[in-house]
Amino acid sequence: MMKHRYQTPMGPLWFLKREGYRRFMVREMTAFAMAAFLVYLLYWLRAIGDGYTAFVQMVELTRNPVTVTLLALAFGAVLYHSITWFNLTPKIMPMYVAEEKIPDVWAAIIMGYLPCAAVTTVILWSVMRTG
Amino acid sequence: MPDKTITLDVFRFQPEGDGKATFQKFDVPYHDHWVVLDALNWIKDEVDGTLTYRWSCRMGVCGSCGMMVDGVPKLTCAAFLKDYYPSPVRVEPLAYFPVERDLVIDMEGFLDKLKSIRPWLIREQEKPLEDGVYLQSPNELASFKQYTMCINCLLCYAACPVVGAEEDFIGPAAIAIAQRYNLDNRDQGEHLRADAMASDEGAWGCTFVGECSEVCPKNVDPAGAIQRAKVDNTKDWYKRMLMPWGQR
Repeated sequence: MMKHRYQTPMGPLWFLKREGYRRFMVREMTAFAMAAFLVYLLYWLRAIGDGYTAFVQMVELTRNPVTVTLLALAFGAVLYHSITWFNLTPKIMPMYVAEEKIPDVWAAIIMGYLPCAAVTTVILWSVMRTG
Repeated sequence: MPDKTITLDVFRFQPEGDGKATFQKFDVPYHDHWVVLDALNWIKDEVDGTLTYRWSCRMGVCGSCGMMVDGVPKLTCAAFLKDYYPSPVRVEPLAYFPVERDLVIDMEGFLDKLKSIRPWLIREQEKPLEDGVYLQSPNELASFKQYTMCINCLLCYAACPVVGAEEDFIGPAAIAIAQRYNLDNRDQGEHLRADAMASDEGAWGCTFVGECSEVCPKNVDPAGAIQRAKVDNTKDWYKRMLMPWGQR
């Protein structure tokens, strides 16, 4: 007699099935916003290289409400992406002090948020100072 | 039959049939202290003796009775009916595995993957018996003890979309178990597990969805184990590139 085996189909919308899958997809998809922002930065670099007119055009483009909205959305997405990854860092690299595991919240602050805040402060300080 | 009943919507599949799966509804007596496995046993004893599923210890130790309960991988011996009552409960075989009959999955693929990471203590040379036991400090034990709790129930595989998408992905439990031996200071076989672990089918296949750790009934945290395996693998790579004259 012919014997069958059954394989559960996964389906293209598998990521809608569980809350955890949905959160994962949002986390991963927000990386596209970061990529888009980097492309925008590349346009800025090119404009700076192309001279004053190109620079002014880029300033105009950035002042456009559509651009401002897109940048705000991208910023939100990048924040979400960074925060979710910072919170996952202790899982990837648990921290030990004197052979005691320190709580994940503190590990995330020490490995993620503090260095990020420090780098941001330095960048802001140097920009403000020269500006 | 007591006054209260609960409906179980059970996945049915017969390999001798037409290759199609169906769902069958059973009205089962409801008791606060009953788990889904009790309900399945009642169906088998009282209604349909052909219903096929795996179970053994009924106390969350053997890891045999894992199934999808309302779409979530669970040990049915730990899934209480009271958490679903009065809604019907859908019971299916663990996702992503081939189904042999009703709720029984084929675990051969998993066993091959498990074998590929050599889940045992490997010594380059055993020391003679008269030298005594291999000593291990509490901290050395603590570094891997969590991973020894795995009972191979495969809930983590049924929660992992990578397992569903990539047939060859070694999967959460096998990688966590590999870490269990790699981190054991008595083991000297990390290099023998390295090929399987560092491949695209090994730790690097994981996209860190993290659901394996959410469903693990033993808090093994396979997702954490896999990410740490990636970190270890990266460190080894840098060591090899920067110090090619050093040991592997």
